[in-house]
Amino acid sequence: MTELKLPSIEYAAIAPILIMLGAALFGVLVEALVPRRWRHLVQLTLALLAVLAALTMVVLSADERIITVGQALAIDGPTLFLQGAILVLAAMALLLIGDRSVERGGAFVAQAAVTAESADDRRQAEGRNGLTEVYPLTTFAIGGMLIFVAANDLLTMFIALEVFSLPLYLLCALARRRRLLSQEAAMKYFLLGAYASAFFLFGVALIYGFTAGIPGRSAGVDFATIHAAVSESPASPVLLFAGMALLAIGLLFKAAAAPFHVWTPDVYQGAPTPVTGFMAACTKVAAFGALLRVFQVAFADANWDFTPVLGAVAVLTMLVGAVLAVTQTDIKRLLAYSSIANAGYLLVGVLAPSRDGLAGTMFYLVAYGFSVLAAFAVVTLVRDDDGEATHLSRWAGLGRRSPFFAALFTFILLAFAGIPLTSGFTSKFAIFGPALEGGQAWLVIAGVLTSMILAFPYLRVVVMMWLSEPGESTPTVTVPGGLTAAALMIGVLATLVLGVAPAPLLDLATGAAEFVR
Amino acid sequence: MSNFPFLSVLTVAPLVGALVVAFLPRHRPELAKQVAFAWSLLVLVLSVVMWVSFNAGGDRFQFRESYSWIPNWGVSFTFAADGIALVMLMLIAVLVPLVILASWHDAESSKRSVPVYFALLLVLECTMIGVFAAADVFLFYVFFEVMLVPMYFLIGSYGGHQRQYAAVKFFLYSLVGGLFMLAAVIGLWVVGGKTFDWQALSQVDISTGTERWLFLGFFLAFAIKAPFFPFHTWLPDAGGAAPAGAAALLVGVLDKVGTFGILRYCLPLFPEASKWFAPWALALGVIGIVYAALLAVGQNDLKRLVSYTSIAHFGFIGVGIFAFTTQAGTGAVLYMLNHGLATGLLFLVVGMLIARRGSSLISDFGGAGKLVPVLAGVLFFAGLASLALPGTAPFISEFLVLIGTFTVNKPVAVIATLGIILAAAYVLWMVQRTTQGTLNPALTEVDGMRRDLNLREKVVVAPLIALIVLLGFFPKPVTDVINPAVQATMDDIGRTDPAPSVGGTVQEAAR
Repeated sequence: MTELKLPSIEYAAIAPILIMLGAALFGVLVEALVPRRWRHLVQLTLALLAVLAALTMVVLSADERIITVGQALAIDGPTLFLQGAILVLAAMALLLIGDRSVERGGAFVAQAAVTAESADDRRQAEGRNGLTEVYPLTTFAIGGMLIFVAANDLLTMFIALEVFSLPLYLLCALARRRRLLSQEAAMKYFLLGAYASAFFLFGVALIYGFTAGIPGRSAGVDFATIHAAVSESPASPVLLFAGMALLAIGLLFKAAAAPFHVWTPDVYQGAPTPVTGFMAACTKVAAFGALLRVFQVAFADANWDFTPVLGAVAVLTMLVGAVLAVTQTDIKRLLAYSSIANAGYLLVGVLAPSRDGLAGTMFYLVAYGFSVLAAFAVVTLVRDDDGEATHLSRWAGLGRRSPFFAALFTFILLAFAGIPLTSGFTSKFAIFGPALEGGQAWLVIAGVLTSMILAFPYLRVVVMMWLSEPGESTPTVTVPGGLTAAALMIGVLATLVLGVAPAPLLDLATGAAEFVR
Repeated sequence: MSNFPFLSVLTVAPLVGALVVAFLPRHRPELAKQVAFAWSLLVLVLSVVMWVSFNAGGDRFQFRESYSWIPNWGVSFTFAADGIALVMLMLIAVLVPLVILASWHDAESSKRSVPVYFALLLVLECTMIGVFAAADVFLFYVFFEVMLVPMYFLIGSYGGHQRQYAAVKFFLYSLVGGLFMLAAVIGLWVVGGKTFDWQALSQVDISTGTERWLFLGFFLAFAIKAPFFPFHTWLPDAGGAAPAGAAALLVGVLDKVGTFGILRYCLPLFPEASKWFAPWALALGVIGIVYAALLAVGQNDLKRLVSYTSIAHFGFIGVGIFAFTTQAGTGAVLYMLNHGLATGLLFLVVGMLIARRGSSLISDFGGAGKLVPVLAGVLFFAGLASLALPGTAPFISEFLVLIGTFTVNKPVAVIATLGIILAAAYVLWMVQRTTQGTLNPALTEVDGMRRDLNLREKVVVAPLIALIVLLGFFPKPVTDVINPAVQATMDDIGRTDPAPSVGGTVQEAAR
């Protein structure tokens, strides 16, 4: 029997992950032990404190550059930056999830098992307090994301993928209103997500096969081995290409890139809006964090092979997102297609393999996350007796009814459209500049052209809000409680600050933009 | 005084004013108007002081200031003005107070917040000043794009018929141009060694192919902004729908950003490409002159008519720029100023006429001169200035453009001269159909048409008339400032004026 050697573990460096997972487990205990009327407060506080503690640990270990837990986790600049980003954005999302003043009882169903559209269901929709299980679920998801961006081998990455995906599938199904839509969204997300996971796993297997047979090394799926195998393996490159393609499918699915994007509009529309915001901001960060690491660390030397393909995917994603956004009549679907187009821009950043390109992509992720969370925060506010009024025609004349919130939303839309003095412009510049420098002029031109198309739907919403007369059915904007207001203001302020003075965050991103191998 | 940071203060001052005005209570519209007007006068005074401290014979760029902004990308707040920019800044400073005064009651009819209207005008002034004062390409781009936002809301919220359509069309056209420019800006940044400083970039050598693409990106944005044929279709809609004051600024100043951009960015930064594309640009200019003038003749809407005349005039400016002679260049810059004054006046007067009649259709007028003689007289004067009658300022600029072009490109100059004849046609016919002839009986039933210009309106038109006449007879103070800047631009592209000579045929005949 061979002796098992325990890997050394740097506990301080992986503390953020441990804190989030610990808090999630503790949250399950809270569900079991704390009286119902206290649970909401306790759970929300617990989740926020955990995020805060994890963020503190990230900041404290800011200079850490190690690979730990065997070869499983790499705690380096990009990991820490993206973990910080996920935690900050997750804190904002938690504020939205925890709000119970905009909708009485919160945005979540009181009892998930009640049959949709039944009399019981109508009763629970009237204002019984929502499930508190959403907090441990969210905390698990955050923990999974933290592992996902740190994963240094494909198996760890796969497990992290499942850890953050499963809670998200559930969260999608828990909307208080329009529950059939919500459950359908969750089902769709789950089925397609399961397919994507399968693709990913199959890709891992092929890559493992490819790494076998390098002289002096055993086969493995950690990134150092893959990196070595790309240049040295005697195996047929068909294995490598097939493996890369399957891995990419799994990751691009999470990133909502075309042609793996079809779930996005349905899920964004059906999921409870705070969860949609959480997915749009944090899942994007996690998915692109993993994409960056896989393609810039493991497969860096194969970039001649994957750049044209990923470039085509990027162009397709931008086109699909922009063109289909034009035809949308529902604000959540519009934001979903906009998020698809943004995935395309981010892919341009992934294909700019320089330090500036990496820094620009990370900057973009943070800037976009703030804006999109603020956007969904506004969506939760525009409502009538039946819940959120997401159809665009209902937003007509909103600028007259509630000029303040309409102005905030207009600002966010201008940011999405890339108007200067917003983070939307600086982040586009941060990506397009290095991409052009890296010789990807065609991607930049495609990005610019699709930005033009994409400006139209945003502008249409602005026209709706300001230039149209309010109709009979124009809902009013609910004055938000403290939590949603805080999230909204943080998002808008960050959009402004990152647009006017992006230098500090850029410095931080540039300083962090180096992977350990 | 020359160390005073004129340009940054001038840029920021209107913004501060806008914030003050925007937060005035909505039910005190009069106070908002007064504050806005006083604030714009303050900007005017400061600009005059700046004009006086500008040394016409000194450096090309004066009042240079630079503050770091985004060091990671080499972006800084760099302001500097050459003679061309200085003239445009003065034009803005003169026009904005007059526009505010002229729009005194415009916002009230729209049921929307009056203070916001004036705040938007001041924001617009801030961005317009910034775009002319910037000496950093990134900063220029920022102002170039942000400028759209206040204008969009001015047209969309306070405009007339079809305002939504016009506002969206305006925004999208400009944004499309802007995004092409963004691609070129990034490209320039990459080939220029990651700096945005204008002076550093003008020293960079760029390979011919790249240079042409970059030129095209910038030129497209400016050609849409100016607008040149065939990118002009947004202007009649926007000009027709915008409130008269905003339209005066749109056509008088905003569109000059396009021609200014060509002079400041396209020619000096991409000299080879400019020369390569010059025939095409000249062709666009000439087509614009004739085509837009023909369309102007056919208009029945006063504001659309004035918009089309402007497109024809921008054709002249384009021809003047791409003729690459000092005379034509000076003429083009002078034209930018004079056109701002003359068309600004025309738009404001037309706005006064429309406000009285409640309609902008020429066919709703007729013989109005019998009811409002002074207003009709001012309209006639503005029309004459617009068709470049000798003795008015536009004549000098048009003449300079034509003789400057004639020395290097006779066919273009000859065709462009046709534009003068067409200008007479559209102006005189418009004046005839609105104010001359038999009185349209419907007019006597409109209350407004019985009131001639009041004191406020006289104060609006008087300075513009005075400036047009003054510069028509004595343009020297302005040309002194413009000439060195144009000369420097011509040096940048390496063109020298052809030596004056008697035509070949004459010499042969003498033999």
